[in-house]
Amino acid sequence: MNGRRDTVAHVVLILGALLFVIPLWLVFAASTQDSAAIARGELSLLPGGGGFRAYAQVLSGPVPRMLLVSLGMALAIAVGKIAISILSAFAIAFFRFPFRKTAFWLIFITLMLPVEVRIIPTYSVMSDLGLINSFTGLWLPLIASATATLLFRQVFTAIPDELIEAARMDGAGPMRFLWDVAIPVSSANIAALFVILFIYGWNQYLWPLLVATDPKLNTIVIGIVKMIAVETDTDWPLVMATAVFALLPPVVIVVAMQRWFVAGLTEGEK
Amino acid sequence: MAVLELAGVKKRFGETEVLRQIDLSLSDGEMLVIVGASGCGKSTLLRIVAGLETASEGRVSLDGRDITHTDPAARDIAMVFQNYALYPHMTVFDNMAYGLKIRGWSREDIARHVQDTAALLGLEELLRRKPRQLSGGQRQRVAMGRAIVREPKLFLFDEPLSNLDATLRVRTRAEIRRLQKRLGVTSLYVTHDQVEAMTLGDRLLVLHQGRPAQFATPMEVFEKPADTYVASFIGAPAMNFLPAVLTADGRTAHLQAGPRLPFADGPRAGAACHALTIGIRPEHLTIDPDGMNLRVDLVEPLGSETLIHGRLAAPGETPLVLRVAGKAPGGDVIPVAVPPALMHVFDAATGLRMDPRASI
Repeated sequence: MNGRRDTVAHVVLILGALLFVIPLWLVFAASTQDSAAIARGELSLLPGGGGFRAYAQVLSGPVPRMLLVSLGMALAIAVGKIAISILSAFAIAFFRFPFRKTAFWLIFITLMLPVEVRIIPTYSVMSDLGLINSFTGLWLPLIASATATLLFRQVFTAIPDELIEAARMDGAGPMRFLWDVAIPVSSANIAALFVILFIYGWNQYLWPLLVATDPKLNTIVIGIVKMIAVETDTDWPLVMATAVFALLPPVVIVVAMQRWFVAGLTEGEK
Repeated sequence: MAVLELAGVKKRFGETEVLRQIDLSLSDGEMLVIVGASGCGKSTLLRIVAGLETASEGRVSLDGRDITHTDPAARDIAMVFQNYALYPHMTVFDNMAYGLKIRGWSREDIARHVQDTAALLGLEELLRRKPRQLSGGQRQRVAMGRAIVREPKLFLFDEPLSNLDATLRVRTRAEIRRLQKRLGVTSLYVTHDQVEAMTLGDRLLVLHQGRPAQFATPMEVFEKPADTYVASFIGAPAMNFLPAVLTADGRTAHLQAGPRLPFADGPRAGAACHALTIGIRPEHLTIDPDGMNLRVDLVEPLGSETLIHGRLAAPGETPLVLRVAGKAPGGDVIPVAVPPALMHVFDAATGLRMDPRASI
């Protein structure tokens, strides 16, 4: 009885896993074909005759630089978003000041606006600041985050009042409390959020496309798109090899941080 | 070590008056227990002393210094919280050291002080652990250690034993008292548990609906409760109350259930038929063949003694609890009597204790 249910569950899980793995495998398989094969429409499921030629070629081109730009941008966005939302959530969760509710609702409302709505005004602001075609321009406007602020507000309001009061009795001022208690206590959430935000940053497409036309500032995602020319002219194995490189950092971050935030989750009190 | 004084302290949350007029003073090294049912304002009072709340009116002073509006950190007061409020991400050592670190103590001083305090509380082995690796009793001791290590002028305890199991609670209770006597630190202890109140306090403040109902030594509170609330709150099982009226000469209470009880300690002031409440503790009721008949409805043997619950077979059908040594006498009806020397006399209308009229 139980055994059968397990089998069904396994079949479903395996199918689900295949659904996610097959496209990735296809990317890898395609990257090892020789370029003519794909153009002929012969996409084999097995690694083909091209070997790792495409990888060598990609690494000698502009791709390493693109990876670096992407990595810098994703890190800056993730770290910046976390820093800003911790500070604003801290203010909303722990302090009583005039228009606190208003501030909270303003942040909340921006959640409902898609990025595209404010992309033109943002561009104009960046242009006024002279940040078009600069690395700062790539990440700076993206670091405000309503979602992360709300999340941290939830985390902070869940900190027991007694803990706050104990810190007050111990003589910790607000910023000390933030640094010594609030942030360490929410480290698990920070780790989880970092993973999500890093991937969000890594996958940015529209904004980098608009703000940076300088090829030196091309991110890997934009790089891939730019490689795709007219169907027949495109060197598909090259594109696929680049895609593999683009896949790797998020995977590394997820795998590395997973251990970290699982540990963080189990280490909480209770 | 210090003298704490509260003068005319009141606290309102919006329209609700939580504390109405608290005046008290603690002498050096004294342990005052604030006791009352939940919602009586005892925790608010403690938090006002701690500086976590501000009094709406009145003045709090420590060693003559007005601290009514002083920041909690600057008051030189340490507090043990009900849920201990240990920093979950810090080791026991860091939990205890944190307050000292903020005060800018040197690393060596902190280490020495924390070690000494840990030795005092038997925590040396646990210094490197995190709170989640400790048992409830150990956490409680760490919370104590965090308070002690700062050598404050005043200790505040907010129901520190309520999260412990019964055995541990009894042991920790004695430990707290020994420690407090040894360190000689003036302490304020809030609890709803009357046993803790009786055993820990040099003096008790019984709070009832934000008002001090009685402020006296534990024995005085037990022997001469100021009103029916205090009388029923302190002592377990609670005191029995019997409706009665005063006789014309003021020398006798006439119980509704029948018997007339002469006052052993002198006449009470009041008109004839003034309504009284006669209080008698369960252990003071006697079994007497000439007494009132008690219809027994529940017998609880506790080993060394037995609790007998029942109702009087007389007008009013007053419920009574009787505590007798050893086993309960058999039978569904037990005759009981109120020894006049041991009864408490209260005014039925106000609930206040009625002492003998000054004899002239």
